[in-house]
Amino acid sequence: MKITVNGKSRELAAGTTVQALLATLQMDADRVAAEHNGSIVPKNRFADTILAEGDSLELVQFVGGG
Amino acid sequence: MRVFLNENVIEVVPGTSLFQLRDQYRPDADLVIFNGFPLKEDRPLAADDRVVLIRRGEQPSAAEMEALLMARHTPGVHEKVRGACVGIAGAGGLGSAVAIALARIGVGRLVVADFDLVEPSNLNRQQYFIDQIGLPKVEALQHNLARINPYVQVEIFFGRLTPDNSAIVFAEVDVLVEAFDLPDQKAMLVEAFLGSASAAPLVAASGLAGHGPANTVVTRRAGSRLYLVGDGCSAAGPGAGLMAPRVGVAAHHQANAVLRLLLGEEPE
Repeated sequence: MKITVNGKSRELAAGTTVQALLATLQMDADRVAAEHNGSIVPKNRFADTILAEGDSLELVQFVGGG
Repeated sequence: MRVFLNENVIEVVPGTSLFQLRDQYRPDADLVIFNGFPLKEDRPLAADDRVVLIRRGEQPSAAEMEALLMARHTPGVHEKVRGACVGIAGAGGLGSAVAIALARIGVGRLVVADFDLVEPSNLNRQQYFIDQIGLPKVEALQHNLARINPYVQVEIFFGRLTPDNSAIVFAEVDVLVEAFDLPDQKAMLVEAFLGSASAAPLVAASGLAGHGPANTVVTRRAGSRLYLVGDGCSAAGPGAGLMAPRVGVAAHHQANAVLRLLLGEEPE
């Protein structure tokens, strides 16, 4: 299936969760803010949020400093 | 004949001199600034001259400060800025600089939250003074902002922001600025605020450490209500300290994004 991640089209296996995608992208879930089809996904829902064909995902992995 | 006196337009009789104007409006002024230059000698006024009369040590009134800001800002901007409420989560290098920029342009109300005290190591980039070491940052900042523009309402929250209290502390803001240091805390705030009932946008920062090129720090849209400032990768750590210039670049990107959002313009 195809979904859009940070504006770019990406091919994923059906049933991929946000958490699985973060692992594939080698992103640290604790430092990530995720928006799924325009809604924020709480960290405790990363594991059970299943992505579907045509979904749009915005992922921001923060680095320290402020 | 029209001239500007302390940024207000007034009508004077043609032939009026500079000192006659002073004696009429503020005879106790000890500084007369004529078209940008302090003058000691009297001279005739011409149409559209700008005169500022100052009594040293005297603070402008709220109305005078208002007139001053209105004169400096494009028409229509001041009203929107003055009516706005902006939240700032974190009063370190980013937050203290954002707060000062927003107070200077006359944002009506700021809500600033931080749990930390001013430490000597903060002074390389944060907008505090050496005699404020040991004070809660929010108190020191409130004091500093009052010295810049006492007519900005500054509310402070001295404590830790959590998933439970963040949306409450910032319930009334029109825009929220994320100005934390630690990456998990940044992600926490984004999740808590953008997942709350508030419809306000959030301007976060990521990637501003070190002394890399300033031009790699950008403002971009990263979600439906999320804007992100930084180069996205320069983390603070050994070999990449946080320094006033680049932190300041990022902070002012954030402040400008806030201003653009308040004016209904896209920050990117």
